[in-house]
Amino acid sequence: MSRRVVFPNRVLPYLLLAPQVAITLVFFFWPAFQAVRQSLYRDDPFGFSSRFVGLANFELVLSDPNYINSLKVTVIFSLSVAVLALVAALLLAVMADRVVRGKRIYQTLLIWPYAVAPAIAGMLWLFLFSPAMGTLAVMLRDTGYDWNPLLNGDQAMAMVVGAAAWKQISYNFLFFLAGLQAIPKSLIEAAAIDGAGPAKRFWTIVFPLLSPTSFFLLVVNTVYAFFDTFGIIHAVTGGGPARATETLVYKVYNDGFVNLNLGASSAQSVILMAIVITLTVIQFKYVERRVHYA
Amino acid sequence: MAEVGIRGVRKTYAGGFEAIKGIDCAVGDGEFLVMLGPSGCGKSTLLRMVAGLETISAGEVSIGGRVVNDLEPKDRDIAMVFQNYALYPHMTVYDNMAYGLKIRGMSKADIESRVHKASDILELRPFLDRRPRQLSGGQRQRVAMGRAIVREPKVFLFDEPLSNLDAKLRTQMRVEINRLQDRLGITSLYVTHDQVEAMTLADRMMVMNGGVAEQIGTPMEVYHRPASTFVAGFIGSPAMNFLPARLTASGVELNGGHAVPLPAGSGGASAAREITLGIRPEHLTLESGQGIGDIAVKVELIEALGADTVVHARLTSSGDPLLARLPGSARVSNGDTLHFAITPGEVHLFDRQTGRRL
Ligand SMILES: Nc1ncnc2c1ncn2[C@@H]1O[C@H](COP(=O)(O)OP(=O)(O)OP(=O)(O)O)[C@@H](O)[C@H]1O
Ligand SMILES: [Mg+2]
Repeated sequence: MSRRVVFPNRVLPYLLLAPQVAITLVFFFWPAFQAVRQSLYRDDPFGFSSRFVGLANFELVLSDPNYINSLKVTVIFSLSVAVLALVAALLLAVMADRVVRGKRIYQTLLIWPYAVAPAIAGMLWLFLFSPAMGTLAVMLRDTGYDWNPLLNGDQAMAMVVGAAAWKQISYNFLFFLAGLQAIPKSLIEAAAIDGAGPAKRFWTIVFPLLSPTSFFLLVVNTVYAFFDTFGIIHAVTGGGPARATETLVYKVYNDGFVNLNLGASSAQSVILMAIVITLTVIQFKYVERRVHYA
Repeated sequence: MAEVGIRGVRKTYAGGFEAIKGIDCAVGDGEFLVMLGPSGCGKSTLLRMVAGLETISAGEVSIGGRVVNDLEPKDRDIAMVFQNYALYPHMTVYDNMAYGLKIRGMSKADIESRVHKASDILELRPFLDRRPRQLSGGQRQRVAMGRAIVREPKVFLFDEPLSNLDAKLRTQMRVEINRLQDRLGITSLYVTHDQVEAMTLADRMMVMNGGVAEQIGTPMEVYHRPASTFVAGFIGSPAMNFLPARLTASGVELNGGHAVPLPAGSGGASAAREITLGIRPEHLTLESGQGIGDIAVKVELIEALGADTVVHARLTSSGDPLLARLPGSARVSNGDTLHFAITPGEVHLFDRQTGRRL
């Protein structure tokens, strides 16, 4: 099924590609290159000069216990966000697909959170769960639970995971719903006649047929959890308490822009870039093999 | 082995549309019932109610003597072949056929023997490891059949299983289904809108129109004694001629005064009555000695098909159109005036108002 479009004009295809290429160059390759270059230099404390130090910045970063901690935090955070956002979205999509009356209303409402900016999503969660005044925090405390994410690192983590996943659920939901609706109804009916109950039908027919969607979303969600959750963490916990929610991206920002250690910060972003590239390659190489493109 | 009972079944869809308006039919054990009718007449709806894929708004469906109205599809012991085949795209041909058996907890060895038996019957052995998308349309169709027969159900349900195939393959599969039915003898309900399929496969057929069963009978009954003008016009190709006529004591009088005497004992009416006279094109002959009546027509167009010659003509008296199918050897040409006689016993009289057979 590979159909190739042949342009009679030799220049036109490059002209059509040019805007995309230009944007990628300016907003991705140039900063990436800058980061790589920067990671090999060290600035003097006053920012007047910088000198080449080779891989010293990387050595410094990788031997920093705070950095190792941040790595752990990131793994836990990303995994939790991706799993939570995927599972919850799939659940909601399956339910919404079954609704007969008012289907449109449910679907529209479920998509809304995606339109909320990350920082605002973070603020919403902060308001809801702030130990001092949060509505849900009060309810939690009324049940006798000692809720204080300002002091308890695990609770703070739960809160940012919740906020980050919540924001991504809508996006996943949209794709899962489209995926569900693309499965011919007669397949489900055939399985029902073959004797499969609803749960069996889901795991043997629906879920395997959704695997291309799930795989795509896994990649997107991982990248999202790595990079796009900065706003949420910044608004909700600021990386605290005691670095319990300081992810790699947050640490890059903190070291680079707050502590103005540009060399270390750049070295971290280069490592981060390498991690994400590796992750994506692994996902495409190994996970995709188990995916059935119908 | 089971009979299927359909008693006073109705279906009203959520929007209030009544798709099935009360159908009664008893399908005998091992019988092959074909449901035939134009698009939108409710064939699929009725079949899906038997399958349990649509709720039954009123009436009763029973399989093997047990009322199944409230049973899930899986508890009805039926197998269905869908128009689009509905094969599981992520499973091999083998797994497609084995799926229903696995779910029912059959042992691996039994599954294998059943799948192999079915794939031998359907000549699917070479394809067992392929995915559905790696098969041709005809092969997919056979896998769908295979998935149904490995289950050895009480009832087979077919919803236009051949309509996605080209003409040649369709004929081939039709013969195959006929053979399978003889071999397995499982009660079958078969939906189609192809009358050749219906005539050749059916033990009995149900001709449906607008949510009602116009006639239920053997193909020969339906052909020779159609219950209404709808059935008469739907079965047979080219379609039956319908001429407005009047029924009198002496026989049938066509517009413009042509008279067709009726054979003794076939009715007649004391008071003249408006009717529709039905004559199949193949029951018109030029040999006056072999038929009754004398209908004079003027030939307008001739379609020579080799084996047959179809003559489009108009009655000289009234101008009503008339189609005749003559042997290919008939010598006729445009503009001729011909005299047709009707094969005895093939005169159909219908009430003009209700369209029902008299
Ligand atoms: N889910 C539904 N809701 C409302 N009306 C429906 C629904 N499904 C079918 N109908 C209507 O019921 C009627 C019968 O539909 P059905 O599918 O049984 O027709 P059919 O005889 O199988 O036609 P075809 O030969 O085109 O498949 C149609 O007029 C259709 O518009
Ligand atoms: Mg149909």
